[in-house]
Amino acid sequence: MNIPSNLLYAKTHEWAKKEGNKIYVGITDHAQHEITDIVHVELPEVGKKFKKNQPCAVVESVKSAFDIYSPVSGTVVEINDAVLSSPELINQSPYEKGFFFAIELESENDLKDLMSSQDYENSIK
Amino acid sequence: MNYIPVSKQDKQKMLEVIGVKNEDELFSKQIPEKVRASKINLSDGISELKVLELFKEYGLKNISSAVCFRGAGIYDHFVPAAVDEITGRSDFWTAYTPYQAEASQGTLQAIFEYQSMICELTGLDTSNASMYDGATAAAEAALLAVRTSRKNKIAVAETLNPQYIEVIETYLKKQNVKIIKIESDEKTGIVSISDLQNKTDADTACVMVQSPNFFGVVEDMQSLSDIAKSKNALFAAVVNPVTLGLFKTPGEYGADIAVGEGQPLGNKMHLGGSTFGFMAVKKSLEWKMPGRVVGKTTDKNGRTGFVLTLQSREQHIRREKATSNICTNSALNALAACAYTAVLGKSGLKELAETNISKARYAFNKIKNIEGFSPLFENGIFFNEFVFKTTKNIKKIEKELLKKGIIGPLSLAFCGKKYKDCLMFAVTEKRTKNEIDALVEIISKVK
Amino acid sequence: MNKILNEINSDRECAIFDCDVERDIAVDDKYKRKNNPNIPDLAEGTVIRHYTALSRKNYALSTTFYPLGSCTMKYNPVINEKIASCAKFAEVHPLQPESTVQGSLEIMFELEKALCEISGMNNFTLQPAAGAHGEHTGLLIIADYFKSRKEKRTKIIVPDSAHGTNPASANLSGFEVISLKSEHDGTLSPDKLKEILTSEVACIMMTNPNTLGVFEKHIPEIAEIMHANGSLLYYDGANLNAVMGIARPGDMGFDVMHINLHKTFSTPHGGGGPGSGPVGVKSFLKDFLPVPTVVNENGIFKLNYKNKKTSVGRMKAFYGNFPVLLKALVYIKSIGGNGLKEASVQANINANYVLNLLKDKVAIPAGNVCTHEFVLSSKGSLGDGVRTLDVAKRLLDYGYYAPTIYFPLIVEEAMMIEPTETESKQTLDEFIKVLSGIIDESKNNPELVKNAPSKTPVSRLNEVEAARNPKLRW
Repeated sequence: MNIPSNLLYAKTHEWAKKEGNKIYVGITDHAQHEITDIVHVELPEVGKKFKKNQPCAVVESVKSAFDIYSPVSGTVVEINDAVLSSPELINQSPYEKGFFFAIELESENDLKDLMSSQDYENSIK
Repeated sequence: MNYIPVSKQDKQKMLEVIGVKNEDELFSKQIPEKVRASKINLSDGISELKVLELFKEYGLKNISSAVCFRGAGIYDHFVPAAVDEITGRSDFWTAYTPYQAEASQGTLQAIFEYQSMICELTGLDTSNASMYDGATAAAEAALLAVRTSRKNKIAVAETLNPQYIEVIETYLKKQNVKIIKIESDEKTGIVSISDLQNKTDADTACVMVQSPNFFGVVEDMQSLSDIAKSKNALFAAVVNPVTLGLFKTPGEYGADIAVGEGQPLGNKMHLGGSTFGFMAVKKSLEWKMPGRVVGKTTDKNGRTGFVLTLQSREQHIRREKATSNICTNSALNALAACAYTAVLGKSGLKELAETNISKARYAFNKIKNIEGFSPLFENGIFFNEFVFKTTKNIKKIEKELLKKGIIGPLSLAFCGKKYKDCLMFAVTEKRTKNEIDALVEIISKVK
Repeated sequence: MNKILNEINSDRECAIFDCDVERDIAVDDKYKRKNNPNIPDLAEGTVIRHYTALSRKNYALSTTFYPLGSCTMKYNPVINEKIASCAKFAEVHPLQPESTVQGSLEIMFELEKALCEISGMNNFTLQPAAGAHGEHTGLLIIADYFKSRKEKRTKIIVPDSAHGTNPASANLSGFEVISLKSEHDGTLSPDKLKEILTSEVACIMMTNPNTLGVFEKHIPEIAEIMHANGSLLYYDGANLNAVMGIARPGDMGFDVMHINLHKTFSTPHGGGGPGSGPVGVKSFLKDFLPVPTVVNENGIFKLNYKNKKTSVGRMKAFYGNFPVLLKALVYIKSIGGNGLKEASVQANINANYVLNLLKDKVAIPAGNVCTHEFVLSSKGSLGDGVRTLDVAKRLLDYGYYAPTIYFPLIVEEAMMIEPTETESKQTLDEFIKVLSGIIDESKNNPELVKNAPSKTPVSRLNEVEAARNPKLRW
């Protein structure tokens, strides 16, 4: 299971990558493996505000749908159009081509509650 | 009559396997005495012969298959024998919902063809597998517009079928959405452009217009669609599918959603139900559309097959976040429409529309010449339904027509003061010249 | 391999209609469509051949046993169809003068009376077109009831074993869903209920027996707890076939319920409808029912709109799915009150019989006694890597329609079996033999089961591709 060490993780299986004041968000390799083939994604609108742990996106397989929770509070500044037309990118490249959106961080404090790669790995054992 | 294929002997053997003496033992184990019932106080079962006699008696109290000049949403259209033959196949009518695709390719392909036909008729990209009726389809269209736009106002033409408006109000009442009615022009009966302009703004989720409207008047949908677009609102068209073999399609005039009552396509009137509603949308709304949808795919050997798809929108997966709560829809009625459309083809559909128009115009022109009758709307373009104002006694007209086995035009008194002396006539391809002439003659004689 | 309709070349030149009046079809171009719809013109024979061939690819109740839990796939008597399709009932306009439709109105009146007697409720609306539609109606009634009492109740309790339409309908009716965790056998614990009950709870939505086929033995206590809290109880009638003449929802304490005529009352499923979902209420709620209802005034049947102002509103056009209502009444008259009870009794016996012959081969989470249906879990009984889905698909190869799978959600690898009363002991014995055989196959020849079905017109379909690249029209 691929769990890059330079990322932070939520216990609801989202990953967070800090780039300046923006946090890029996606789902982990473990999550995409559990969900199996992803057929559709609903992404939030650019400009929408979310609180930490608020559901902000939806990932769907043939037989199930899962809420994706925002790992931090902030405003959505970018969404990844590519996964809307090719949701399989999430399965193929969950940490890069398959990212969901970028959110402008409101408070650095929110990052403290996220897990390191080691802690996340332990949590899914 | 009894449909249980279990003999007393077999029943006894089964009870033994279960390990109880009798059924009471089985129930007393599980059901508290407090709620036990003993019997159902209804008459005992009877033979099939007696059932036929009983329902023959009920039937005799109906006047059916009359010469019918009434419409208002349900129409007396011709249903070819081939339609009943196809829907009468027990492999279709006793089939279950096609969740197990491999065992349901017949139903699934028929629904796929139905969806395609609705797209061809409406000019839109995607259709669902059917809804309960036109009224609920209109209500679901309103919910769809609200859901996708996240705005909380909808504009609805006041000339929508009044029952549809009632259902929309019921469906929207817990959704915090304001319904704004758009007035129609007194003289022409069509939607007032100025009222539409004034009452819509950036918070309007959709503009919903019916054409032909409830009073039979054909609207200039292009102009109305343009106004909706200018306000960034979706345009939802409520249409009669029988017109679409000839008339401009919702797709052509830029509608985002098209809904309507499907009964005129291959379904008898059945006292107003069961029928089906159709819904078609632009591609961008596909994943937000309610109802089941069938898709084409391949199996692992490369054979073409059909399957229920986009299911993650639906209640059995999304539960409280579903696009709707729909489970059972109206598959057999949609199948009748599919068979009907296949029997007619594009030429038959055009013929159907032209025949309706010709007969309606013939009737209209004859009625116009009856003393005491004047068309309610000026310069109105109608399809197969129109309204006349009259100075004659409406109750008497109905009575005299009924004496001759004719269900005459509908009194519109229930629509309000403006319509209290009005009669609405529906004239379909089934009405012969003789029937129309008889109608006119009888009405002429009434004082 | 069947063509899709538009792939068949047009082969008809003759007209469909005559017109005995002058052709008067001039329409301004502004109102005309530019191109004809792409639907071929086909001879009648071509159309009949096409759809007859399609129909033969279906499994259907007329040819196959459907042990589908929660659907009550009982035999659809053909007399129902014959009577409903009579012109006397089919060729009637809904807006004809009431004096000309007395037969149809009387049928609706009789049906309402019969449903009251069977269910223990006091009044019914026949308007809703399906079970989910009935749920929506019933919940709106509950919402308006509390509004009329100026009580703010925004929540509904729904067991985690409930059918998906329950929370979906709750949401549509403006309620928030609170999930109640059920016990391992799907039953609800009065104590756990008390823990989550607040003054904001409008009602609980339940079915009894529950979706695991177990009778909720605590229902008297649950009803007391809810009513003491000023809340109501809603009954999902999907499992009514288990209790007709044995226990009535009205007597159990339910205030509102819906019935699925296309389940309990033998009307056909039609490949996905039309159905009918009449909603019954106790008399204190009758003013909220959608209008019109049918009343009998000195032998004359009338459509009653008196309660329009207090009703929840209209749920669909006109009066309900009339042919479905008619078929249900034909069934009720045919088998009679005694026959309805016999049906439920035999439904219970058939399900328990199958359970007892399978209990040594698979896990039955809710225990060894059930009502009209039961749920098994295939976990631990199958060969390596073989799942409930594979067993279901292999059943198709043996000519059976697969039971309901992966529902209720609280049982892993679930398979829900509801034989209904219209199956013989021989049919059940054969089914049990085949199902047991497949369980063995899963251990001895797992690939055979994992690759099933192979005897159907198509094998497993690529559902991922169907959802990623939807092709929804020709």
